[in-house]
Amino acid sequence: MSKLHLYILAAVLTLVAIGTIAYKTLVLQFPLQPVADVDAWDVEVRVSFRGQQAPAKLSLYIPREDRLFATADEQFISRGYGVNTRKDEGNRRVVWSIRRAKGEQFLFYRATIRPIASTRETKVKRPEIKPPEAVDETQRLAIDAVLTDVRAHSADSETFVSEVIKRVSSPAPDGNVMSLLGRKTSIEDRIDMTVRLLAGAHIPARVVQGLRLQTYAQDAVFIPWLEAWYEDAWHGFDPVTGEPMEDQNLVSWWHGSNDLFEVSGGRNPKAKVTVRLNRESAMQGALWRGRELRPALLEFSVLGLPMETQAVYQILLVMPVGVFLLVVLRNVVGVKTFGTFMPVLIALAFRETHLLIGIVMFTLVVSLGLAIRFYLERLKLLLVPRLAAVLIVVLMLITLISIFSYQLGIYRGLSVALFPMVILTMTIERMSIVWEERGAVEALQQGIGSLVVAVCVYLIMNLESIQYFVFVFPESLLVLLAATLLLGRYTGYRLAEVMRFRALAGDGS
Amino acid sequence: MILGLGRQLARKGVLGINQRNADFILTHNPRSLYPRVDDKWLTKQLAVQAGMPVPELYAVVQIQHQVRRLAEQIRDYPDFVIKPACGAGGDGIVVVAGRMKTRYRKINGMLVDQGEMQHHVSNILSGMYSLGGRTDKALVEYRVQFDPVFERISYQGVPDVRIIVFRGIPVMSMVRLPTRLSDGKANLHQGAIGAGIDIATGQTLTAVWRNEIVTEHPDTGNEVSGIQVPFWDEQLRMAAQCHELTGLGYLGVDLVLDKEKGPLMLEMNARPGLNIQIANSAGLLPRLRLVEQHHEGLHDIDQRVVFAKEHFGFK
Repeated sequence: MSKLHLYILAAVLTLVAIGTIAYKTLVLQFPLQPVADVDAWDVEVRVSFRGQQAPAKLSLYIPREDRLFATADEQFISRGYGVNTRKDEGNRRVVWSIRRAKGEQFLFYRATIRPIASTRETKVKRPEIKPPEAVDETQRLAIDAVLTDVRAHSADSETFVSEVIKRVSSPAPDGNVMSLLGRKTSIEDRIDMTVRLLAGAHIPARVVQGLRLQTYAQDAVFIPWLEAWYEDAWHGFDPVTGEPMEDQNLVSWWHGSNDLFEVSGGRNPKAKVTVRLNRESAMQGALWRGRELRPALLEFSVLGLPMETQAVYQILLVMPVGVFLLVVLRNVVGVKTFGTFMPVLIALAFRETHLLIGIVMFTLVVSLGLAIRFYLERLKLLLVPRLAAVLIVVLMLITLISIFSYQLGIYRGLSVALFPMVILTMTIERMSIVWEERGAVEALQQGIGSLVVAVCVYLIMNLESIQYFVFVFPESLLVLLAATLLLGRYTGYRLAEVMRFRALAGDGS
Repeated sequence: MILGLGRQLARKGVLGINQRNADFILTHNPRSLYPRVDDKWLTKQLAVQAGMPVPELYAVVQIQHQVRRLAEQIRDYPDFVIKPACGAGGDGIVVVAGRMKTRYRKINGMLVDQGEMQHHVSNILSGMYSLGGRTDKALVEYRVQFDPVFERISYQGVPDVRIIVFRGIPVMSMVRLPTRLSDGKANLHQGAIGAGIDIATGQTLTAVWRNEIVTEHPDTGNEVSGIQVPFWDEQLRMAAQCHELTGLGYLGVDLVLDKEKGPLMLEMNARPGLNIQIANSAGLLPRLRLVEQHHEGLHDIDQRVVFAKEHFGFK
């Protein structure tokens, strides 16, 4: 009866998990495996100017929110400057300021830009059209004339916008456009004029300054283009040819025709922009996509949590996989370990220190600790003070190891400090008792058993595909739970037991 | 290979740890009754109430403060055993065989002074040997003068008889013989020998030493099989009675044979080991299944012992 109950429970858990996973993969189109080769670009803007022994201020545009790209890992690097970011009309700016700027100043902005897999369907409200600046009668007539002419030559909004741009940017514009432009014939002025013309036709338009994301560019330049609003969305147009923009590799940086940066209190300012393609780990990119997707179900999942919490869960969620492996190793294989979950905790510590160094550290600290524990034994201390003494010694050992490894240039040693100290102490204590009571063989057996299990657990927890799968489909833990419950009623032999009783199998029947 | 071996074991009815835990311990031993066997002081009190012979208790040390008074309390006893009340697997037991001025002589001949003895008792109290490290009590009790029947096949220490009792019926038994390796202790995992005992006659059968079948004692070189265990029926009855004493369905009872006092109940175990199967060259499972079928008609102790002798003899 209880067994049937268990089977039903396990089946229900499994079905729920498979159902959810199927929904996520088939309906929400979650990839089952981390998607390989995700492109990302590292962008760096370096601004330099000469300080004049006086207060200086630099205001620099940084990427705004984009439909196709997302900006992450932003860094503002400067020496001695106060930094703050501002937002106005959707543009983002960073403002660096200093009381006294002396000599050549360098300020850096760095960020990683990634494409968003499927465009966010953000409902954009129809933007307000700024009332055109006071125009005199002749200008108004010229605008009307151009628009009437364009209207006659276009079929829909797209061709309309296209026509306007072509007329304005033409090297030999007709008389009306010429009179509107006057002497301002730079490309920026022409775009401004186009925006004004489109406003006259009640089509909201704006200038966008953006950057082309390419494999490598040392002196990348910002490209202006025009966006016009119709059919409930913004559409990009090449400001010279008037063609609708097809280019998917342009990331918008700011709107308007201002300069990239403004410096006050500095001379000879220069900006240098570097763009570099960075093929990042598939895992990161895939998780990243998941976050940008945000369907309703995701909001109520791990992917809806803030970044730093997600990072914690990325570790926590693979723990059950390790625990399950531990159950198998203990109850089906029959490996002897210290404590029940200690190997899992050691495996978690290995994540911080990396495997090989982790093993060396573990062995080193435990054996040194053991030696000290045996010495303390001679002092006939009571249990709790002795444990505390071992803990203090372990802490000092780890500190020493860190210092030495740093001096020797093995930087990794530093992260050993995250090794769970109490666990090491308890390991040493348990091991020394087993050593005394059951001999060195048994103690080493259990110690090596713990280490082997920890390594196995570490290896499985570090598999990228498992990390990805458990993180994106946390419901797969239900399957794991079901399997663990079933293992709870596994009454077959353990592998080690078969070996232990093999003397019985041999003789007779 | 392993699979084939596993199938062979299953055919012989060998009980594995997983099955022991799931089908016998979890189902027949309620957790709430564990203290009756895990705390040897409580076990002793229960046995005394029921009139079962046990080694006499000399003193109990419950708090650190009492440690210093211990020497005085046991002044009149030349030899004794110190053990943790909640120890597991024979850890923490010290057998004192005599004295040398102010020092104690352990059975292996090593001398221990007062300070070391007190330190050991303190360790026991602080839970060093108890399951989960809980604070513990130290018991000082009568050192059994063991019956010379096993003298030829044991190396120091006290050999004891382990009987597995399922639902009040003794199903399998062995005698555990200390060796040099086990430091005079009678626990198999510490290196003692286990020799199966024929339930029907009380004669020793084959023996197991460190998971291997042996026929001679590794230290004395004497044959371990074919020895008649004295007071066998009485021992079976005592084991059967332990079922009522504790209420546990599946337990291991450890008995010792004293030269003068006869069989004494030493301790019980709610999770008895499985090596007894190797010592007997037989699996436990068929016997346990038989008991499951027949236990209902068997109420008093004598009936159960008769049933056991009838069915679990060595043929």
